[in-house]
Amino acid sequence: MLVYLLRRIAQSIFVALAMMVIVFFGIYMIGNPIDILISPDATPREIEETMARFGFDQPIYIQFFTFVGNALQGDLGRSFVHGESAVTLILHYMPATLELAALGLIFSVLIGVPLGVYAGYKADKWQGRAIMTGSIFGFSLPNFWVGMLLILIFAVELRWLPSTGRGDTVDVFGIRLSIFSENGLQYMILPALTLALYKASLVTRLARAGTQEALVQDYVKFARAKGVSETRILFVHVLKNIMIPIVTVLGLELGSMIAFAVVTETVFAWPGMGKLLIDSILTLDRPVIVAYLMMTVLIFIVINLVVDIFYTLLDPRVRVTGGTS
Amino acid sequence: MTETSIPQTAQHPVRDRMLWPAIGVVCLATIALALGPDWASLPARIVLFLAGVALAAQLLKGRSRQFFNGPMAYAATGSLVLLVILALFANEISPQNPYDLRQLDIMDGRLPPGATNFDGSFTYHLGTDEQGRDILSGILYGLRVSLSVAIVATLIAMAIGVVVGIYAAWAGGRIESILMRLVDLQLSFPSILVALMLMAAFGRGLDKVVIALIIVQWAYYARTVRGTALSETRKEYIDAARGLGLPVRKIIFRHLLPNCIPPLLVISTVQIANTIVLESSLSFLGVGVPVTQPSLGLLIANGYDYMLSGQYWMSMYPGVALLAIVASINLVGDRLRDTLNPRLRK
Repeated sequence: MLVYLLRRIAQSIFVALAMMVIVFFGIYMIGNPIDILISPDATPREIEETMARFGFDQPIYIQFFTFVGNALQGDLGRSFVHGESAVTLILHYMPATLELAALGLIFSVLIGVPLGVYAGYKADKWQGRAIMTGSIFGFSLPNFWVGMLLILIFAVELRWLPSTGRGDTVDVFGIRLSIFSENGLQYMILPALTLALYKASLVTRLARAGTQEALVQDYVKFARAKGVSETRILFVHVLKNIMIPIVTVLGLELGSMIAFAVVTETVFAWPGMGKLLIDSILTLDRPVIVAYLMMTVLIFIVINLVVDIFYTLLDPRVRVTGGTS
Repeated sequence: MTETSIPQTAQHPVRDRMLWPAIGVVCLATIALALGPDWASLPARIVLFLAGVALAAQLLKGRSRQFFNGPMAYAATGSLVLLVILALFANEISPQNPYDLRQLDIMDGRLPPGATNFDGSFTYHLGTDEQGRDILSGILYGLRVSLSVAIVATLIAMAIGVVVGIYAAWAGGRIESILMRLVDLQLSFPSILVALMLMAAFGRGLDKVVIALIIVQWAYYARTVRGTALSETRKEYIDAARGLGLPVRKIIFRHLLPNCIPPLLVISTVQIANTIVLESSLSFLGVGVPVTQPSLGLLIANGYDYMLSGQYWMSMYPGVALLAIVASINLVGDRLRDTLNPRLRK
């Protein structure tokens, strides 16, 4: 067990290092940072000084080793545009993304579970089939398209909810969150719904499959024989038994929620780290792009590692074949 | 189809012989259409369309009753064929060439649907964008860009995936585990993140979008093909071919490969829809196709700024076109999966 664990952690570290190389050399190809940093009428001496200050006059491998050395100390460079440390900048924007993803997860459960349970209950009826066809749309609709439609309906036409931006925030342990203020929550509803739609379809499918399996079990027959109402059987007895796989999958999907947030945040001008990434790509702000990618990759590696370790603890069979990275 | 009968390739020899050239023609013509310096000539596009129809007819031969199981199947197939025709013949159909600046009039900018130009000689049925471009023409050209980028990327990714997957399954051992580790690694990151990372490094461009979409997808095909190939190599017809002393090259290309293709075709249909969505998301974010060749996603992004002021048509109609193409491909893919899936076929 310990050997497996150590091997798995070593693997993760190797992956992290490999991604570091790919990200650094990949991003190195983007534009010339000098053009953004220095005004066109700067003297050659000023250009040289700036290049030396940022280390651009060094050969690329030296730059890479400096980058790795700094990265290991938690320093991923300084934003060209904001003049702040890239890591600080991303950490500043991160809570907005995380609270959006969290609300999105809640929405996807609230929408997906009832629909899925009902579709499983009426599996062969038209209601069940309609929900399943609907979930195909949930899977295939582009994220930004849904967001646009929601803005058009609820913000432009009906004027029920604000369209873009982030509302009031409340300081919770020094972190600005809008989920706890009424005004801020209003701003969050549309983006969180957009983010939730894809996951809601996934949850619907899982819940339907689980319900179909659970309905033929003995405990359901027993509950029916006892005279428990169908609603109570579905939403108490069955629900308890199907939630475990749903929660597991949603935990796994939290990472991809953060990735999808890039699109949603751009649509709703939500000031999270996804919007920061897009703005940085458009302004060629190299350190922020590198820092974002490194931090997201790290989040994914950690999620995968934790999931693998949990699986190994829960299911000894995994140990024999070895987990996936 | 029973598992224990004679080699499966022998069961539909005609179908296989017809299928391969058709796939080849569609492949080459699409690539020519999408990446050629100028858009392919009219006869080339007609040939492409007919080849596509022939391929579809060949695939569904004898199974059309099963495929068209309800009104939804007819509607989806009909709208898909219509949209493909619109995209292929955008040059001929669209009332205006939206790339030709001489045909644009900046005075006609942001006109609502149904408005006419100053002397009433031209009606903008779906309105105009901020540069006075006819939205309808923009959609037809955008549809072509979206479709061809997605098809080309999917085909090339599929080819790479097939090679890697079959090689891994055939070679086994260390090579297989290294290749599959790589596949697992890539698939553990969401495709939008990988694509964004690549586009951040490449910059905008039609060819760059195609390359990014290929890199995003190949692993998915490699994993699927390896799985199919592994289960196929254990079957008797491969043993029989080995027993006959056929060269490895012949076993792989004539026996193994044709049997790995059908499940792949089903996946690739749905995958084209996913690729269209991914490409339009990238273009919407401003890191996809160049401004000079807008896809549907970029058209939506262009009109997005005006949507909040009530000028909905610039984003809305390209959005409807995107929805229509994605939904019809998905529904057709769903029918294809039920019809062609070897596991469900009895």
